[in-house]
Amino acid sequence: MLLIRCPYCEEERPELEFRNAGEAHVVRSSDMASISDEDFEKFFFIRNNPKGVIFERWRHVHGCARFFNAARDTVTDKFIVTYKAGMPKPDLDKITDAPSAVAATEPPAKKKPARRAPAKKKDA
Amino acid sequence: MAEPFRIAGAGRLTPARTARFTFDGKPFHALQGDTLASALLANGVHLVGRSFKYHRPRGILSAGAEEPNALVAVERDAARKTPNVRATVQEVYDGLTAHSQNRWPSLSFDVGAINDVFSPFFSAGFYYKTFMWPKAAWKSIYEPNIRAAAGLGVSPDQPDTDHYSSRFAHCEVLVLGGGASGIAAALAAAESGVRVILADEQAEFGGALRFEAGATIDGKNGWVWAQDAIGRLAGMDNVRLLPRTTAFGYYAQNFVGLTERVTDHLANPGHDLPRERLWQVRARKVVIATGAIERHMVFADNDRPGIMLASAARTYLNHYGVAVGRNVGVYAANDSAYAAAIDLKKAGVGIAAIVDLRDNPAGPMVDEARALGIEINHGRAVVKARGKLRVSSIVVQPKNGGAERTIPVDALITSSGWTPSVHLFSQSRGKVAFDNETRRFLPGTYAQDCISVGACNGADSLAVALDEGYAAGAKAAKEAGGKATRSGTKPKADAGEGWTGGMLGAGPGAGEGTTVKAFIDFQNDVTAKDIRQAVHEGMRSIEHVKRFTTNGMATDQGKTSNMHGLAIAAETLGKDIPEVGLTTFRAPYTPVTFGSIVNHARGPLFDPTRRTPIHPWAEAQGAVFEDVGQWKRAWYFPKAGEDMHAAVNRECVAVRQTAGLFDASTLGKIEVVGPDAAKFMELLYTNPWEKLEAGRCRYGLMLREDGFIYDDGVVGRLAADRFHVTTTTGGAARVMNMMEDYLQTEFPHLNVWLTSISEQWAVIAVQGPTSREIVAPLVEGIDISDDAMPHMSVREGKICGVPTRLFRMSFSGERGFEVNVPADYGLAVWEALWAEGQKHGASAYGTEAMHVLRAEKGYIIVGQDTDGTVTMNDAGLDWAIGKKKTDFVGIRGMTRPDLVAAGRKQIVGLKTKDPKTVLEEGAQVVANPNQPIPMKMIGHVTSSYWSENCGRSIAMALVADGRSRMGDTLYVPMPGGTIEVEVCSPVFFDEKGGRLNG
Repeated sequence: MLLIRCPYCEEERPELEFRNAGEAHVVRSSDMASISDEDFEKFFFIRNNPKGVIFERWRHVHGCARFFNAARDTVTDKFIVTYKAGMPKPDLDKITDAPSAVAATEPPAKKKPARRAPAKKKDA
Repeated sequence: MAEPFRIAGAGRLTPARTARFTFDGKPFHALQGDTLASALLANGVHLVGRSFKYHRPRGILSAGAEEPNALVAVERDAARKTPNVRATVQEVYDGLTAHSQNRWPSLSFDVGAINDVFSPFFSAGFYYKTFMWPKAAWKSIYEPNIRAAAGLGVSPDQPDTDHYSSRFAHCEVLVLGGGASGIAAALAAAESGVRVILADEQAEFGGALRFEAGATIDGKNGWVWAQDAIGRLAGMDNVRLLPRTTAFGYYAQNFVGLTERVTDHLANPGHDLPRERLWQVRARKVVIATGAIERHMVFADNDRPGIMLASAARTYLNHYGVAVGRNVGVYAANDSAYAAAIDLKKAGVGIAAIVDLRDNPAGPMVDEARALGIEINHGRAVVKARGKLRVSSIVVQPKNGGAERTIPVDALITSSGWTPSVHLFSQSRGKVAFDNETRRFLPGTYAQDCISVGACNGADSLAVALDEGYAAGAKAAKEAGGKATRSGTKPKADAGEGWTGGMLGAGPGAGEGTTVKAFIDFQNDVTAKDIRQAVHEGMRSIEHVKRFTTNGMATDQGKTSNMHGLAIAAETLGKDIPEVGLTTFRAPYTPVTFGSIVNHARGPLFDPTRRTPIHPWAEAQGAVFEDVGQWKRAWYFPKAGEDMHAAVNRECVAVRQTAGLFDASTLGKIEVVGPDAAKFMELLYTNPWEKLEAGRCRYGLMLREDGFIYDDGVVGRLAADRFHVTTTTGGAARVMNMMEDYLQTEFPHLNVWLTSISEQWAVIAVQGPTSREIVAPLVEGIDISDDAMPHMSVREGKICGVPTRLFRMSFSGERGFEVNVPADYGLAVWEALWAEGQKHGASAYGTEAMHVLRAEKGYIIVGQDTDGTVTMNDAGLDWAIGKKKTDFVGIRGMTRPDLVAAGRKQIVGLKTKDPKTVLEEGAQVVANPNQPIPMKMIGHVTSSYWSENCGRSIAMALVADGRSRMGDTLYVPMPGGTIEVEVCSPVFFDEKGGRLNG
């Protein structure tokens, strides 16, 4: 279960409190009635399905009930950042210590496999 | 009483503490603390099961959770039968009843063993090839027979009477595995004061110290040290010890699922105890100390009962005091089996010979074995085991061929090396790396905040395992906010054991070109030959080899077999192991019961049940209820002797002749409030709202952005800035969600507040010609005459002295009111209205009558007559579009080319030529019943009822170009014959609607 930081509640809460609401930054035209079929197709049907960072909407439905946006890595499921609805797409290069991002850690330097220590008991 | 293979003075169990159990009906004695496996071995029983495919006799391979063979059924009573229990994990309790599986008529004589003779027909992928023809036979003959013949245990057929519990826990450091390394990690972390959880799958902590007789830590025997350390941890408030607890799944952000077996080891568990407890732990840091698993040697007939892992034989001896035989053979490719041979020999067990594949084994272990007088045959291989129900001898040959020699044995212990348990590390999405020197996969790149220590991390000595564990525990605690270690001292290994080396893949006599049954995966009956065959038939990826041969796909998930399979595939492909790749480790690590996962969410707790305030009254009246989502709704109110049909007919007639009372409390209700409330309504609904006067209502229709009908309901405007919106019962939550979505993200400039009021207001529909007379005496402060309060209006006032929002509206086509009162008063007001209603011959009616009445009027139900692909035009509701509006949700979607194209399905009425015939909902409609099958279907029936008021059946349907087919005859082909129907208007009753106005 993921932990998701709600930008309104300003804390990490369990995934169960949230509901995904599809891709973020899809702008509804202010002149909806007159957009072309092609523009409607782009607006309503065409979605990104990246292997990597996706910008998506979430709702803290069992919490403050607010909709907000998130940048999430679809490979690791890691949330890079969450931000309030209406805010512009964040520049991910500038995010180094996102609160809910756990940096991948490299393993400690591998010890050489030790030669098997003789069982002293049996020497006795 | 006698347990012939229990050795007095050996092991850690107390001889005086006995227990009795039965296996296949036969009574046996055991000691408290035994596993079923150790108890059976103490009684000389090795044969415990039959294999999955070939029904070959099988014994006990291991002494732990990796066991592929010794699967039994444990039965407490008729309802509590657990199949596929690993005998090596199940602890014996007094009165335990266990049965072998997958055999008929008995374990020692199993008819299914004929499969072993015909095994050339059952080789890898056989069911993909052998049973392809004729096609129809797969479902009716092949599959049922294969399923009956192959398989594991039988699932119980009664509901589980045990209960299961669930806990959420948080800690700074979670240590998975309670061997030497895990205990050291827990000690280091606990001493810093942070919250620590230490979990281990065994009944007692200690891990490999259980059998490693040579381990000495801090001057104590390893096992004693472990128990002392656990005693210390148990006394610390910040530590939670979870024995008998398996970490089965490692999920995102250090979220780990564990199951704790609470009562499976108890003879008479109290009813207050859950059988298992599911732990969902969120840890800041995880220390993985899951150890390593020994591999068997791969040679012909290596599956005979009596052949087991060296470490298992050692565990049975050193912990349980049980000898696995009296004349034990040893087959090794590393030192691990020597230690077992030495321990057995010292305990007085005969060692027939050690057969060592290595040319020049050397070192203290070898020396000690030799000093004990054990015969060592180096550079040789066991090429075959003889004996059927129990190994009787082994055939030994120089590893490059030569003269065979037969050595009689009654047990054979083998070791080809150790496989680090990287399962949980891999589940955490860490990437394993192949270590070429030691020929094994070890933790490589980490994906989560965890660290592997000890044998699962490749530590080859006790000293390194303790060091790694202690350092990791201290570091994790410090990073998670723990204080500097107060009093801790690092445990020191004075003496220890460690196992490097070994071999992967098939041994001599089972190599390329041989056809012997040298098993890799015991549980799924996969041999070395099967792996080669898979490669020869074109499988290149290990994932394909796995699926083709089913290697590693059984309940043990290939814990002993995966590396052998991989090595043979790599060898056959002529590639390096890392090039062939490792199959993915997935949760669960070991099987998890459904009970543990389902937990409390069963029976009435599976899903919340919602009841209206009027529910108790309906129940007392003998109403029959139906489930609508989570709601219980009164379906109909049968009187004595009435069936559903009669009750519904009576209720429908009553509403049209006098009046009916209907509990409509489940309707979704949303209050839309604020200076911009009307603007918001304009955008969310297709209808115009700005000019709707306060006190008036309008039927509102909501689309999705794609132009299809999403929901509908009557909306009352209470004031300029306040709308009382109703939704369908099922749509309440999603409509609220959609409104919030648009308000928060698309139209945030609007000053509007949305409040769900579904549960705050009870709704009583009073419908029928005398409805006003029923309501009138109870209402205060509202003029409800037709002039003052016409159809589709709303007033606020009082009824029975409590506040009401009184709607004049109708879903029945009759003059009607919907009385909204605060939910707490719902029942009292209903009873008052019911008392008034009785004076006028009113009847209570349920959802079925409500459906019939609305269908008589052609009112659609969103979700029944529409299915998410129906436009307003399809439904004949174009009139509800605000023609002058420039925007609302769906305004663009509804003009998409396909949505305005000719030939769309439209809602029409259908009358059967025989008025008594009632169509089936969902039935397909065709134009020509004589066309060849498959027929061209032009629509389907969406609603169909018997209408007592019309004296005939009525139906609504979605039919292509339906409105241009008025009067046409269409056909509904049914299994019993084709039904003729006439297309008509969907309004069957009071077409002009005069009755609405009284």
